[in-house]
Amino acid sequence: MNLRTDSRQFKRINRRELLKLSPVLALGAFAIPKLQKPLLKTGLAFSDWASARLFRSGHLAPTFDDSELTPFARFPINDYDVDDPGVDLDNWTLTVSGAVQKPGDYTLAQIQTLPKFRQNTRHVCIEGWDVIGRFGGARLADFLNMIGADPAARFITVQCADDYYESLDMATARHPQSLLCYEMYDQPLTREHGAPLRLNIPTKIGYKQAKYLTDLKVSHVLEKAGYWEDQGYSEFYGL
Amino acid sequence: MSTQIAAITNVKTGVIDEAVYEHPFIVRLCHWVNALALLVMVFSGLQIFRAFPSFGAKIPQKDLLHWPKAYALGGWLGGGLQWHLTFMWIYIGTGLLYLNYEIFSRNYKQVLFMPRDIRGVWPMVHHYFFFGPKPYVREAYNPLQKLAYTSAIVLGILSVLTGLAIWKPVQFSWLAWLMGGFRWARLWHFAVMWAILAFLFGHLVMVVLHGWNNFVSMLTGWKKDPEYL
Repeated sequence: MNLRTDSRQFKRINRRELLKLSPVLALGAFAIPKLQKPLLKTGLAFSDWASARLFRSGHLAPTFDDSELTPFARFPINDYDVDDPGVDLDNWTLTVSGAVQKPGDYTLAQIQTLPKFRQNTRHVCIEGWDVIGRFGGARLADFLNMIGADPAARFITVQCADDYYESLDMATARHPQSLLCYEMYDQPLTREHGAPLRLNIPTKIGYKQAKYLTDLKVSHVLEKAGYWEDQGYSEFYGL
Repeated sequence: MSTQIAAITNVKTGVIDEAVYEHPFIVRLCHWVNALALLVMVFSGLQIFRAFPSFGAKIPQKDLLHWPKAYALGGWLGGGLQWHLTFMWIYIGTGLLYLNYEIFSRNYKQVLFMPRDIRGVWPMVHHYFFFGPKPYVREAYNPLQKLAYTSAIVLGILSVLTGLAIWKPVQFSWLAWLMGGFRWARLWHFAVMWAILAFLFGHLVMVVLHGWNNFVSMLTGWKKDPEYL
């Protein structure tokens, strides 16, 4: 196909073709301080939406041989505040509330009547490091049945002794590898690792593995996503 | 798709110039949006890297390099992740749009490095780096260019796959496994970034050295005085 033209007209053609690229300038919106925050928030929310779509209830996180475990002494102790919030282990209970048939205080002994599961799974920190740990505890799904959680409820939120707080979507909470964890490396949880009860959710990023649980609430709407989520991290962050 | 060629009569001198429409609109749009997205991905990625600049254990931690905060986007890890997880969709989106366009318009013939291009690579290297004679070029891209651009496309795909493996090491556990595990996937992701930056460096050098017409053609589509006409 041939085009016969003169230099003046060719300039006009070129200008028109260049102008067609003006949509690229729309990206400049990210440089406007007032728009930047909401745009990035939307982007993160879109990523969370996609993450939730990618989550498969029946898909298990990889598990590992005992020989692949990170030694217990090299399992990092990560807090946002204190290593040991001084939980009274003798009188500790987990306070259950929200959309459940049997709200109230649950002792560790009650939770330990549920079948115990042990798993060697990877703990991935948002910073980029990872460790393989051995975790033991009751399935969160079994506990949700024990307390008579509303099957239509969509979230659980937990409160911790150090004022940390976290949330899980119900599909993740009911995943077979999601544990109310009271043992690491076949020993009762140490205080630094969240005694007496923490979350072990191998399908989620590290900051979702809340320690020193004190309260668990089942809800239909997400009231509080989590401490780090409120600082700007992803709400869903499924692995 | 037949190539569009223009004969342009200069209104002052009467001299006739030629030009070829090398880059369709979709290709140009994808090129520039993707280029901006790539820069955001690199500098937000380096912010994320700063949070744990190592590819080994956390305890004990051996840092690979200290990347200065001033050359990272987002201010902190959370900010870097927001940029990264937002622009990855733009990066992937333009990449997919481009690949689809290339395949369905058959425009890929212009850029895809094929086995028959292999013997043309050395003469071009010889010409560029060792002052060898300039090989005769019959197409829009010479064999070395095709090799570079095809590599860039492959690196782009690898950057997405390695990124997926570390973003979703459970849902895409097979991808992480293919790459040798989670830590290796992180290292590959990092290595692919440097490979892309190496391409970008060469790309920019070539544009500066003798690419004004090439540069304009990526803006308007039209390349003036192409040597292969």
